[in-house]
Amino acid sequence: MTKALSRRLFLATAGLVAAAFVLSPRAQAQEPIKIGLVTALSGQSARAGEAITRGLTIAIDEINASGGLLGGRKLVLVRRDDEANPQKGVTAARELVFNEKVAVLFGGLDTPVSMAIVPLMNAEKKPFVGPWAAGTPITKNGASPNYVFRVSAVDEIVDKAMLNYAQKTFGAKNCGMILVNNPWGESNEKGLTAALTAKGLKPAGIEKFEGSDLDVVPQLTRLKAAGADCLFLVGNVGPSAQVVKSLDRMGWKVPIVSHWGPAGGRFTELAGPSAKNVHFVQTYSFFSRQGPVGDKVMKALMAKYPDIKGAGDITPAVGVANAYDAMMLTSLAIKAAGSTDGDAIRQGFYKIGTYDGLIKKYSQPFTTTVHDAINENDYVWTQFIEDRIVPVGAS
Amino acid sequence: MLASALLAGLALGSMYGLLALGYHVTYAVSGTVNFAQGSAMMLGAVFAYALIVALKWPLVPAVACALALCALYGLVVEAAAVRPFVRRGSNAWLIATVALGIVVDNAALFTFGKEPRSLPSPLALTPITVGETSLGIYPLQALIPLAGLALAALLDFAGRKTRWGIAMLAVVQNREAASLMGIHTGRVIAAAYALSAVLAGIAGMLIAPLLNVNADMGTLFGLKAFAVAILGGIASAWGVMAAGVLFGVAESLITATLGSGYTQILTFALVIGVLAWKPQGLFGRAAVKKV
Repeated sequence: MTKALSRRLFLATAGLVAAAFVLSPRAQAQEPIKIGLVTALSGQSARAGEAITRGLTIAIDEINASGGLLGGRKLVLVRRDDEANPQKGVTAARELVFNEKVAVLFGGLDTPVSMAIVPLMNAEKKPFVGPWAAGTPITKNGASPNYVFRVSAVDEIVDKAMLNYAQKTFGAKNCGMILVNNPWGESNEKGLTAALTAKGLKPAGIEKFEGSDLDVVPQLTRLKAAGADCLFLVGNVGPSAQVVKSLDRMGWKVPIVSHWGPAGGRFTELAGPSAKNVHFVQTYSFFSRQGPVGDKVMKALMAKYPDIKGAGDITPAVGVANAYDAMMLTSLAIKAAGSTDGDAIRQGFYKIGTYDGLIKKYSQPFTTTVHDAINENDYVWTQFIEDRIVPVGAS
Repeated sequence: MLASALLAGLALGSMYGLLALGYHVTYAVSGTVNFAQGSAMMLGAVFAYALIVALKWPLVPAVACALALCALYGLVVEAAAVRPFVRRGSNAWLIATVALGIVVDNAALFTFGKEPRSLPSPLALTPITVGETSLGIYPLQALIPLAGLALAALLDFAGRKTRWGIAMLAVVQNREAASLMGIHTGRVIAAAYALSAVLAGIAGMLIAPLLNVNADMGTLFGLKAFAVAILGGIASAWGVMAAGVLFGVAESLITATLGSGYTQILTFALVIGVLAWKPQGLFGRAAVKKV
């Protein structure tokens, strides 16, 4: 009995020691690095949240397949739904930072949600990376040091690009604004006015409309009477469709240069045949000729997600592309940091040299003053051909 | 430019009028209204979308079925959110109908989804043109004021000539006496709620091809329609319809001449001004409370 017991004890102890000896160093080396994501995963913007998820996942799979980071540690994605609600977003971010101890947090598509999360991340000294929300003050938040980085469009830069495009493509001389009556429309009213003023120009008129407006004909009639030869459109997919239908009814064929609102839903179904007349901004299109990175990402997407059979199924494309590049750049920052310490990763972002990405070849994308990796030279202008978002000129 | 604004305003205003008629019919017989009239309108559009686009039913049975479902919804509103409170002499039906509306809107979010969808109509494809110039409106927009007037006339006629209408009038005039004469007042009130939801449903179906279908499409419309009902004098069917048209035309003309920034400010200031001048509404008569 004692003999049996002691033998059992011996075996158990030996086992424990062996386990501790064999497993512990490896266990430590393989403790995963958690990457957080707070975005809308339900409701109207669920597709956008899914696109961000897919971009991050493809990048993470690629990093893990080549051995992970920091001596073999694998990356894992932890997602939370913000339901497009700033309060819920902050709660989710707090949970990911304090309980899940994520090394880096990614944000979603809603500017108000990201704006609410920014102060928390700067206070907790954790990097916050934006792959979508375009509000200017998200990265220009006044904090020093600033832990917020972005790989996406920025309103004030988009506004400059909209003016350049209208002048270059349509020879526009007198542009009118038709903007949805909410903070997003307001932020672009500022940006567009600033862009026009910088070139010594004035808008033909500034008209607002409600998301629920049945008829935008009166507003558009005013712009037409003011001699507008081009329209700047800012609104989500439903309101943008109302503008296009109203133009149809008036029989006014005027060039429309739009922010990326139409890309967020079933624009062709809502706006009808004239949907294709709207030229809008994107950061990437899977329809243009793909480089080696584009081919690689496309193949990975098709292998991982059975519903993706071609470029048309990668929607919204900007979410996938921005998230992929943002994750790749973040992995370089973690590599440069040599640890998962928040401040070290922040400085790691500044140490990124060149990276051949999906959207472009990045060359020192971030500095202490520049926290936006994408600028006006990187935008792609697109239009809807049937229900595909196609770069202008291609068909 | 003013002509097309006027026509668009007429269509918009008739829509407000139809919704406001829904407030009128229940107020007239029971002194209560379904504040969430906008949700009933949304249901009309969502049911029509589900039957016509998703299930590919032919137009006529789909519309009939959608309206029947709206009527059913009206009965539910009355039974669940109005009657239990009125019976106890409470005014809580006010908030109960609002609450039920929020529940219905969110249930629609779950089932229909948040993504706006389109309900196409052959009457909203090409605008009406005179010679070469477009009038800036679809045929549907010209049809809506006609539908609104026809419905108001029908209500007026039914109220005076049919058995149900006379019963309703009797309940309006004196509920106790009507009930002593063998009129089932409870049923008359329930029927008024069903009718109210049907009117809202018709408005929703007419508006859907011009706008798009989504779960919160009714909220702002319902609110404006209530303002219209008060403006016209909620006790008068013709008054409510006329006030609706007036409100819509005012909105459209103000936007066309002064710019969209002034629309809400001026139209609602107009409502306040009119009510200060005529507290019973434009076409209402002062109610005499007998003690």
